[in-house]
Amino acid sequence: MTDFLWLIPLLPLAGSAINGLAGRRLSKSAISLVACGAAGLAFLAAAGVFYGLLALPPGERHIEQTYFTWIASGDFAAGAQFLLDPLSAVMLLVVTGVGFVIHIYSIGYMHAEDGYYRFFSYLNLFLFSMLVLVLAGNFLLMFVGWEGVGLCSYLLIGYYFDRTSACDAGKKAFIVNRIGDVGFVLGILLVFATFGELEFGRVFGAIAAAPARYPAETAGIGILSAVALLLFVGATGKSAQIPLYVWLPDAMEGPTPVSALIHAATMVTAGVYMVARCAPIFSRAPIAMEVVAVVGALTALFAATIGLAQRDIKRVLAYSTVSQLGYMFVGAGVGAFASGIFHLMTHAFFKALLFLGAGSVIHALGGEQDLTRMGGLRRHLPVTHGTMLAGALAICGIFPLAGFFSKDEILWSAWAHGHPWIWALGLTTAGLTAFYMFRLVFLAFYGGERFSEDTRRHLHESPRSMTLPLVVLGVLSVVGGFVGLPAWMGLGPSRFEHFLEPAFELALPAQAAEHSHGTEFAFAALSVAVAAAGIFLAHRLYVARPGRADEIAVRVRGLYTLLFHKYYVDEAYDRVFVRPLIRSSEDVLWRALDVRLIDGAVNGVGRMVQAQAHLLKNIQNGLARSYAAWILAGGAAVLLYLAFWRG
Amino acid sequence: MEALFFYLLGGTALVAAVAVVALRRVFYAAGALIVCLCAVAGLYLLLEAPFIAAVQVIVYAGAIMVLFLFVIMLLDPFSANVFPDKSRRLRVLAPLLMALALLALYAMLRTYRLGGAPGGGAASSFERLAETLFSEYLLPFEVTSVLILVAIIGAVVLAKRRT
Amino acid sequence: MDLNHYLILSALLFAVGAVGVIVRRNVISILLCIEVMLNAVNLSFVAFSRYLDQVHGQIFVFFVMVVAAAEAAVGLALAIVLFRNRRTLNVDDADIMKW
Repeated sequence: MTDFLWLIPLLPLAGSAINGLAGRRLSKSAISLVACGAAGLAFLAAAGVFYGLLALPPGERHIEQTYFTWIASGDFAAGAQFLLDPLSAVMLLVVTGVGFVIHIYSIGYMHAEDGYYRFFSYLNLFLFSMLVLVLAGNFLLMFVGWEGVGLCSYLLIGYYFDRTSACDAGKKAFIVNRIGDVGFVLGILLVFATFGELEFGRVFGAIAAAPARYPAETAGIGILSAVALLLFVGATGKSAQIPLYVWLPDAMEGPTPVSALIHAATMVTAGVYMVARCAPIFSRAPIAMEVVAVVGALTALFAATIGLAQRDIKRVLAYSTVSQLGYMFVGAGVGAFASGIFHLMTHAFFKALLFLGAGSVIHALGGEQDLTRMGGLRRHLPVTHGTMLAGALAICGIFPLAGFFSKDEILWSAWAHGHPWIWALGLTTAGLTAFYMFRLVFLAFYGGERFSEDTRRHLHESPRSMTLPLVVLGVLSVVGGFVGLPAWMGLGPSRFEHFLEPAFELALPAQAAEHSHGTEFAFAALSVAVAAAGIFLAHRLYVARPGRADEIAVRVRGLYTLLFHKYYVDEAYDRVFVRPLIRSSEDVLWRALDVRLIDGAVNGVGRMVQAQAHLLKNIQNGLARSYAAWILAGGAAVLLYLAFWRG
Repeated sequence: MEALFFYLLGGTALVAAVAVVALRRVFYAAGALIVCLCAVAGLYLLLEAPFIAAVQVIVYAGAIMVLFLFVIMLLDPFSANVFPDKSRRLRVLAPLLMALALLALYAMLRTYRLGGAPGGGAASSFERLAETLFSEYLLPFEVTSVLILVAIIGAVVLAKRRT
Repeated sequence: MDLNHYLILSALLFAVGAVGVIVRRNVISILLCIEVMLNAVNLSFVAFSRYLDQVHGQIFVFFVMVVAAAEAAVGLALAIVLFRNRRTLNVDDADIMKW
């Protein structure tokens, strides 16, 4: 079964090629069939491969397949090499599964668009790139996938290319990602310089086999820490952490399925996956891990506070994504890699659900995205409302939905592995998450109807092709956590974590203090309580006493404005980085260097030739006398030569 | 004695040559040239080449200069028109170039001290001249006659009125 | 007097003649200056002949004179033609062979 590993990325690639090249001439149903078929078959192949992996004993769940040698130069050779182990298998299922569901959803959502074929072609191409990233067995191929998803993100954000804001958002995403990629590439180069290898198996093997040479670097920043930090820079770009998160909210310019798939479920999680994959390196670099955890926690809190004040439904979800990604990094940073991946999976379910639901709302309201102009939609959009409620409860971490298990594990690991402050930040963020999430739900679905009469007549529940995926994801959000039931529930250790163990066996285990199951349970209960408090507060402000929120906003006008304008970070970046860069490009590089120096040099050569010709043309000016003079001058020159150099 | 004559004749030749270059009217320049030619003939005599001196006076000063004078008479001899100069910088450049060439020549001469005592005059006797001319240089002699013929024909054809 | 004196005189005459060729604009004047140059050369030939005790120099002078005569004749004929066609003896006016 695992022989068909290569099919998984190849199917979406084929789908993308077909739709991209021939899509203009195909009917919409044909396009949908090709694209969703490719995604669906990829999912089936992934499931098959997963079962194939399960059939192997846990110790042998590590399969590498090289298809061809991509680069061979001197001593260095890099192959197109896929690695299948529990970690990549989980990612495969998430990517293809959620991807397939979103493809189905897009049939309904995008049916009125002219560039239908273009959308699906890009979407399939994205699947291909993400799968390459996930399956890659060496740093180089992973980087290929990394860049590929960045490209597709750019293409899809700028899908509505006739909108300047969309084009700008696409550029912003790509450029900010690129900044992170500098760190990533430097990290890869450092890996190569240190180990002479880029294959995961060999690099990690080398680290594990020589503990004297590659010890845990508690004393400062050694090679491993440097690599880890550089790689993490790349992760902050791709996974939207501080300071490179600014592109993600703008990326909402793309169609909602894109936001769901790329900017919630899969692409942005690539950074987390990468950190988890490089666990053998990170776990031996305590300083880097600390950085990861702190950045993650701060980002989580930071983004949550901004989400409190946003009016656009998709923006709220965007900042929520940034915040939840922070949680995943916290999990990785404290050494609980499996927990980070667990949250990645559950987050994929409920965040995709929430985005698709938001899409459903927007679709129903004919394009309205402002929360202050919605309200009372639960009567009109029952399925959407139900599923979104499930998704919201999941993200808040309410028992027994999926988010509870994954989020709780992370918070507990933060405490148990000796990071109380990070735990505190995480808990606060959980409260804020609950608040803003239910603010969204209440503003959109409850209370009085604040939209126009026109919109009201338009209002309709979405077609089956859109509601079915919502239901599927809703179910997953509810039961998805059950694969990772924690130990304190008395049913044995977490099966998810156990499954992922072989993938992390080369990593140093984290120092966990011993705590009783009772303590764990207490912490879990505390998290739920905090979340419930958040929901209750949101209810008070947006359902029980509508208008109260606005009153408070006026009272804390300064703070509210700060949050609404996302702490003016974009403006700050613009002032500090973008404008000086533009200025120096224009004035220094363009005007001075290019125009004056280079053009001047090139033109100068021309001018010199002209000047020379100007001089030389006098030899043939038609005057007999000057001809005579030249003859005599030549004769004199010969004489001089004979007199002084030969004599 | 010889030195006196040398400087006299040489000076005359030089001054006359400068006059040829400097005099505005062509007619006067031609006259100056005649003086120069005669001075040079005198120098030939000093150099013990009587035949050449004679030929110089007869042919050069006598025939060629007469030809010149005829043509000058024919074409506006006393014109005082100052022709516009299309290339004024040549006026400056030319003397410069020549000074340079002279410098070179002078340097050469310093290095190669030629000359010494003049040889006996026997070599330049009339008989020797005739002998060599009609034995060793017979072919060029005959060719020059052809040359003159060609020149005559050419001149006549060129100057004929096309009627 | 030794050879160098004559050579220097010859050189000076030549130089004067050359400058004249370049500086004067009247065609006939130019021809006159050419004659000066030729004479200078002749002088040096004869001087060599005298001081090297050979007759060849004088013979060469002979030929130079012949050629000078021929050249003067043809040159003057050209001057006549030029004058006839262009009413000018300014050599600067015959400049259509530019570039």
